[in-house]
Amino acid sequence: MSDFQRRRGAVGYLLLIPAALWLVLFFVVPFYSLLATSLYDPSGSDFRGYQMTYEWSNYTHALQDYWQPLVRSLIYGGVATLLCLLLGYVLAYAIAFKAGRWKNLLLVLVIAPFFTSFLVRTLSWKLILADDGIVVNTLQAVHLLGPDGRLLATPVAVIAGLTYNFLPFMVLPLFASIDKIDHRLIEASGDLYANPVVGFFKVTWPLSLPGVVSGTLLTFIPAVGDFINAQLLGSPNQRMVGSVIQSLFTDANDYPAAAALSMILMVLIVAMVLVYIRRAGTEELL
Amino acid sequence: MSQVAEQDKTAASGGEDFDGLRLRQVTKSFGAFTAVDDLDLDIPNGSFFALLGPSGCGKTTTLRMVAGLEIPTSGSITLGGDDITFAKPYRRPVNTVFQSYALFPHLDIFENVAFGLRRRKKSDVEAQVNKMLELVELTSQARKKPAQLSGGQQQRVALARALINEPQVLLLDEPLGALDLKLRRSMQIEIKRIQNEVGQTFVHVTHDQEEAMTMADTVAVMNRGVIEQMGSPSDLYENPRSTFVANFLGQSNLIEGAVTHRSADLVTVDMHGIGVSIPVARAHADGDRGWVGIRPEKVLIGELGEELDAPGNSVPGGVVTDVSFVGVSTQYLVRMPWGQELQVFQQNTGHRRLFRQGEQVELSWRPEYAFLLDYSQDAAAGAQRGAED
Repeated sequence: MSDFQRRRGAVGYLLLIPAALWLVLFFVVPFYSLLATSLYDPSGSDFRGYQMTYEWSNYTHALQDYWQPLVRSLIYGGVATLLCLLLGYVLAYAIAFKAGRWKNLLLVLVIAPFFTSFLVRTLSWKLILADDGIVVNTLQAVHLLGPDGRLLATPVAVIAGLTYNFLPFMVLPLFASIDKIDHRLIEASGDLYANPVVGFFKVTWPLSLPGVVSGTLLTFIPAVGDFINAQLLGSPNQRMVGSVIQSLFTDANDYPAAAALSMILMVLIVAMVLVYIRRAGTEELL
Repeated sequence: MSQVAEQDKTAASGGEDFDGLRLRQVTKSFGAFTAVDDLDLDIPNGSFFALLGPSGCGKTTTLRMVAGLEIPTSGSITLGGDDITFAKPYRRPVNTVFQSYALFPHLDIFENVAFGLRRRKKSDVEAQVNKMLELVELTSQARKKPAQLSGGQQQRVALARALINEPQVLLLDEPLGALDLKLRRSMQIEIKRIQNEVGQTFVHVTHDQEEAMTMADTVAVMNRGVIEQMGSPSDLYENPRSTFVANFLGQSNLIEGAVTHRSADLVTVDMHGIGVSIPVARAHADGDRGWVGIRPEKVLIGELGEELDAPGNSVPGGVVTDVSFVGVSTQYLVRMPWGQELQVFQQNTGHRRLFRQGEQVELSWRPEYAFLLDYSQDAAAGAQRGAED
């Protein structure tokens, strides 16, 4: 190896340092702290301090006490992700293939909601779905909703809020994938006796899978951990694990339980993502 | 052009039971641009047909209309007597080898080739695909992805994927455009061999005149949405009917002349004071002026007053201005008394001496090799193509 090559190798490592430092400071250290906290003696408090006693029972207690919001979060997150995929795929497909010169404008419109705060947008959903709001009144008028029926404080509102808030995270990776698909491949599938529907499932869909996988991950992971939507649009019956963790940390000051629940959520999500990526076979795609 | 159209019309009225591919008065416009203009075309079953022309001449649009990827603005397309003008691409017994191959990147070679059979729920897919892979010599690559193959191999996959469906017509859209010259030559022979073997109609679109002439038994030269001339390669080359064909296929010397006399079998033309004659069958100009055309290799070059082999049109007064020795032949540029430079290719048989720059020479050619073209046509039409692309 020449001097020059060695120096080039060193430059590569030098360039890694800022990001590595950042990650150590803001990921590794907090992660370690969270893991340690989850094993503290639960009888401790801010006032008396915590003892490291390797309390694995924190985990079993967290599961026993909070399995319901945990499961609910996975279900809400999963349903919202599916809805995002359905809505987002159609939208991304239309933008990529049919929008022509409106393509860029439509993409800007997809991102436009980000210019206002997440919180404000979710609060405005509260107005839209309010008990004497236009949506509820209309649904009552066409008898899709009983006279006393409401949307706020139901799973419908929470899932609708999640779907709305995370849709752009689905649309953008889907668009990137679909936009890259060579139109001639779709022509070729038509030339080879595939009608448009078959052509979609045999060519367009498999070629857009990288976008589907990254879009669903970008939607599912934050949606499961979200606590704003459940808090603003739901009732205690729609409580998601995110709000439980938040209130354990900030209201109950039960740090070991909050940390244990956070770890459980993280391990669950990582495990599900790994299985999902395996099943989707994305490593085969390129 | 008008002559060609008339010829096609008579051919059309002759064959009502024609069972090949037939285009009638097909026009395709994109906005104000007419890509294909009132095209009539008959392609008999089993022929290897080439549509040849520069880019933008409408040849690919014509192909795409046959494939069903474009719908004609007007006119009709029939195949074996069935009207397929508006049929969906997936309902036509026509398959295409795309210019960029358009192989499915997520499927392996086997599944790419099997795609059409699977869509039509054919039985025996395995055996048919294996047989086809054998034909294109790719059996060992069956489980690879297209990206792992070389350009020539991908080209053969594209061919196999289309051919396996036994289409009534196979369309090839510049199939060799992405290959380097050497590979292109061997693929030309390969595709011709396969066409001989399977016997289906091949319609081949190309801008490479050598490719068209090598592969096809009938070539149609397209320019600006219309067919300028159609015929066997030798026909087109030896007896071009327009300046475009004369220049686009090979090279031609085109010399201005005035028609002085028309007899039953000869047209006599005064070419800058020199009388030359042209057989009536090769005279494609009605007016009193025309372009006398002669291919460079048909022109003989000799010393002043030398008795040349050609008994016929002798043109004195030339001066050699450029000599290029290219091995099999020597290419001369000869400046004529009227200022025009003519090209002369002389085979290096060893029987004739080489001329040097500045030497006085006499040119000559046999009348039966000359042709006469319409004076209203641009003498430079079709000459701007890159000879090697």
